Amino acid sequence: MSLHWNGSAQASTPTTLPATTPIHPQALSAAPAPGCAGATPAVRLAGLRYRWPGAAADCLAIDALTIGAGERVFLRGPSGSGKTTLLSLVGGVVLPQAGGIEVAGQALDRLSAGVRDRFRADHVGFVFQLFNLLPWLSARDNILLACRFSPQRRARVAAAGSTPAAEAERLASRLDLAPELLERAAAQLSVGQQQRVAAARALIGRPGLVVADEPTSALDADRQQAFIDLLLEECAAAASALLFVSHDQRLAAHFDRVLDLATLNRAGNAREAGR
Amino acid sequence: MSPVFALSLRSIANRRLSVALTVVAVALSVALLLGVERLRNDARASFAQTISATDLVVGARGGALQLLLYSVFHIGDATANLSWAGVEHVAALPQVRWLVPLALGDAHRGHRVVGTTAAFFTHYRHGEARALAFAAGGPFAEAPARAQDIFQTVIGAEVAARHGYRLGQQIVLSHGSLGGEGGPRFADHADKPFTIVGILAPSGTPVDRALLVSLEGIEAIHIDWHGGAPLPGLKIAPEHVRKFDLQPKSVTAALVGLHSRGAVFRVQRQINTWAGEPLTAILPGVTLQQLWDLVAVAERALLAVSALVVVVGLAGLVAVVVASLGERRRELAILRALGASPRDVFALLAIESLLLALAGIALGLALLYGVGAAASPWLAAQHGLQLALGWPSAGEWRLLGAVLAAALAASLLPALRAYRQSLADGMTVRT
Repeated sequence: MSLHWNGSAQASTPTTLPATTPIHPQALSAAPAPGCAGATPAVRLAGLRYRWPGAAADCLAIDALTIGAGERVFLRGPSGSGKTTLLSLVGGVVLPQAGGIEVAGQALDRLSAGVRDRFRADHVGFVFQLFNLLPWLSARDNILLACRFSPQRRARVAAAGSTPAAEAERLASRLDLAPELLERAAAQLSVGQQQRVAAARALIGRPGLVVADEPTSALDADRQQAFIDLLLEECAAAASALLFVSHDQRLAAHFDRVLDLATLNRAGNAREAGR
Repeated sequence: MSPVFALSLRSIANRRLSVALTVVAVALSVALLLGVERLRNDARASFAQTISATDLVVGARGGALQLLLYSVFHIGDATANLSWAGVEHVAALPQVRWLVPLALGDAHRGHRVVGTTAAFFTHYRHGEARALAFAAGGPFAEAPARAQDIFQTVIGAEVAARHGYRLGQQIVLSHGSLGGEGGPRFADHADKPFTIVGILAPSGTPVDRALLVSLEGIEAIHIDWHGGAPLPGLKIAPEHVRKFDLQPKSVTAALVGLHSRGAVFRVQRQINTWAGEPLTAILPGVTLQQLWDLVAVAERALLAVSALVVVVGLAGLVAVVVASLGERRRELAILRALGASPRDVFALLAIESLLLALAGIALGLALLYGVGAAASPWLAAQHGLQLALGWPSAGEWRLLGAVLAAALAASLLPALRAYRQSLADGMTVRT
């Protein structure tokens, strides 16, 4: 029993789901933290199914998942659990075959591909495991790249009484990046520095959601927690929700909520049950 | 400015070495194409103006092309001559302003000897009505009183350069126009050597390869000849030739200038239909054009080959950009994560290829003008070829437009590939 986004329920509420209606029993475990109820959730999935073109079975089937505004969620996802697919869906790079996905209150399937790209630029910041930066741009230009593609981020920086360049410097110093590092080409930075530059880029212009996909797995063990703490701190300062995906449960300590993608993803469960 | 345009520039700057090599390849191909086009036009113009300001060329009845070939280009021989009476008749026509007779048939070491009058130097024009210029000396004596002045010659620039001839040097003419070095040689007029009194500057015309003597000189060396061989037992020394009538009985052809160009067709008809002697008068410009059309196939083939070189240059450019796509896959995925649409990725690659092609075209033009400016004095000195270094002609603009269109089409290929790649990859490169 999954609620289909494009069904009749949509007619009355075209872009948002009623925030208080439980969608599925499982949604209870994936409900936002109490403090965030009321505000527009950062992400909301319902009855979502996704199958890659040409694949025989669904790769992802999530009945309900809501991440509240500013909420910090740790999503445990071993490889093969549909992690990449989920991130592509949240980013609006692909659309589900069934069910709905909302980011910052906007139903992504109602947007054209081009508008979804702009929407992603405006509302979602990504930090990946590796290769986050254009190696031939300076660290500063890499951070500013996020603003280049997003008028809204620029507008939010301006509304806060700053400029993208000043904001990039401020974020860099908050993330322990020395000013002289900003002028260096990204390729000349250490992996840890690169990840912090990527975090600054994800955060500039205060997007509603930061998605971090294994951002610490290339770092030394003692650096991992420091990076996560910085990321959590800055997400809180920017009032951005954080969806932190990792296979490493040990990193989950400081998050509001810990979810397990293997449990959430019924497609994965079905596959394992059948084995 | 679009974020993509600035990124294109930075991305190009990042790969400057491979990019520079590609741009140079495109530049060379563009310079070659335009150079060939320019040389083609200049050669045609210079060829069409091998003889200018001459309204008609008159010879014995025959083909127009043949008459032009033997009278102006000194290729082949006349099958019949033009009688002196015919020459006088044409010269006496009221519309005729000047007439320069040409007597061919002798040679010197493979170069044609042209018997003519001193008026040749005033009336023979080439290019934009440029007169022949003397590098040294001056024209041979007109109607010489002294016998030794009959044996004077003015030589073309190439003759002088090839054999290292200087003023005052004496040379011997050979009988028969085939008398070249290594070719069949009938007999030398060794008893009557000619003195070089003038050396012409290069003109880029067949005159460069010819020796000019007076009609009397031609007549004088043949006094003791008959039927192409010296008369046995008869020897007339050069100092005695003045005693004979040196008025030629016939010449090979005549160049004619009119008072008014408008009368040219009427005079041509009058000469062609003259009952006194079967004559042919041609308009050299028209016949030159016909002649050029014969060689235009080769000229067009040359252009086609250089167009292919441009295609090769652009193909190299596309290959370099497409090859870079593999290593830039992650970069494109990063841009996608930052909110770039596949269309932005398409634009990034298209702009990049197009910028490279434009740089190549610009560099090619610079190369063309640079080489042109450097080579222009040499071409003028060595080949009498006047290289026009003005703005690109209409034909060249068309070629440039075609190159640009080809570059545009070529730039779509990597762009399309990147577009599809980034659609498939999204934000993460699956390896």
